[in-house]
Amino acid sequence: MATTAAATFNYKVVRQFSIMTVVWGIVGMLVGVVIAAQLLWPEILPAVPWLSYGRLRPLHTNAVIFAFGGSALFATSYYVVQRTCQVRLFSDALAAFTFWGWNLVIVLAAITLPLGMTTSKEYAELEWPIDILITLVWVAYAVVFFGTIAKRKTPHIYVANWFFGAFILTVALLHVVNSAEIPVTLTKSYSAYPGVQDAMVQWWYGHNAVGFFLTAGFLGMMYYFVPKQAGRPVYSYRLSVVHFWALIFTYMWAGPHHLHYTALPDWTQSLGMLFSLILLAPSWGGMINGIMTLSGAWHKLRDDPILKFLIVSLSFYGMSTFEGPMMSVKTVNALSHYTDWTIGHVHSGALGWVAFISIGSIYYLIPRMFGKEQMYSTKLINAHFWIGTLGVVLYIASMWIAGVMQGLMWRAVNPDGTLTYAFVESVKSTYPFYAIRLAGGTLFFAGMLVMAYNVWKTVAGGRAYEAQIPAAPAHA
Amino acid sequence: MEILMPLIPMSVALVALIAVAFWWSVRSGQFDDLEGPAHRILADDDRAAPPPPDPNEAPSALTPIKPSERRGP
Repeated sequence: MATTAAATFNYKVVRQFSIMTVVWGIVGMLVGVVIAAQLLWPEILPAVPWLSYGRLRPLHTNAVIFAFGGSALFATSYYVVQRTCQVRLFSDALAAFTFWGWNLVIVLAAITLPLGMTTSKEYAELEWPIDILITLVWVAYAVVFFGTIAKRKTPHIYVANWFFGAFILTVALLHVVNSAEIPVTLTKSYSAYPGVQDAMVQWWYGHNAVGFFLTAGFLGMMYYFVPKQAGRPVYSYRLSVVHFWALIFTYMWAGPHHLHYTALPDWTQSLGMLFSLILLAPSWGGMINGIMTLSGAWHKLRDDPILKFLIVSLSFYGMSTFEGPMMSVKTVNALSHYTDWTIGHVHSGALGWVAFISIGSIYYLIPRMFGKEQMYSTKLINAHFWIGTLGVVLYIASMWIAGVMQGLMWRAVNPDGTLTYAFVESVKSTYPFYAIRLAGGTLFFAGMLVMAYNVWKTVAGGRAYEAQIPAAPAHA
Repeated sequence: MEILMPLIPMSVALVALIAVAFWWSVRSGQFDDLEGPAHRILADDDRAAPPPPDPNEAPSALTPIKPSERRGP
């Protein structure tokens, strides 16, 4: 039995995480639809504390980022590292521990957040016992990933693995520093940092989490699945290497742009803005590299909806990495900060880039995990693509308009120096856009249901597939 | 802003660490070939193989073997 295990890849953990990506995607997006509805109809849910907007909102963000996005990252990184290194995962037991541990974290989040147990730090709301569990799972993840790299049969480490590796190491550092807290009881702790110091650490964490969890990891996905699905090598491998080093050398100091015009020292804010502007260059380099992979084979986009997901995700990546640096400019931020423009920007990245690249990659993986040649229905993938795209466009366009409108209304001043609009007038004017946003979010959620059906039908007719490790390393 | 006392040195240390990783990767020849690796992942056939044929099941009469595919004398 040991010999057969050594001769195959560990597809089990990839399979588990792939399925959970779809499951948690549906859960997280459903909560998103619910809170979007609450903004439109504040009393749509029974007036109990654990269903209030303030408690469901962190549940939504945690579920989509860490449960949906995290599962997609685990699934794809475990797959890519095995296929590109041509070896089985370093440890099956530790890999299984990351699966069960990570899902336990998610279940605990789904219980504690509605109960109101929170550190109140955005994207790091989970209380200290869960933080410790996250740390253990993450260390196991790092051991499995880097252990697999260490025993690779190919001398070269493919660029996707560099992105995954940077994501794993940086997230470990960010989590440990930002979650430093003093426990009071089992379910309550206080941050180790006071006041504005805490704000600085929080957004150092918060923005780098965007940069490394939601960008570097998904770029690793992009550099493997775009070339594989297109059947063409990446446009420029040289550029992909430059992209990687440029991105990680310059990322760390963009965080202060979340704290423009606050108690943070002015020079720190300007530093954050400067680094955010610099980031445009590597981001667009990577975006162009991914899209140009199809150079000379654009016709493939016509018939292959998986490729549509992957390539359109890159165009959203390009859009949101242009928008981000622009919004970090202090004069633009004076208009955009605290408005729904930020929400639009986040969802352009989260739905358009992160979710689309994950969905495309999962459509690639599912048939391979279950011994099928392709998904049950290509037409349904195509339907998912168009439903999803329409959803994202409605979502971000409505939030852009609402955000700019709010910013302009809040700053409008009469000739005598008094404010032109009361705050509630801007809320009232935003109302129709909340309805459009709810429609967009509902469409995106519906697309995930189509995906779930397609995955279900594919899996039901398949079998748990264990791929042999090719005897000789593949050569070009 | 005492918090910058640990945060900035941490970033500097991290950049130093990244520089070491970069130095190692260049020295160990990771980037000597910047064409081959892009093609090599495509040579890895990761499609799922069809399930093994059921030995109890007789070959289907509906798909006769073409003469061109017939083997042996």
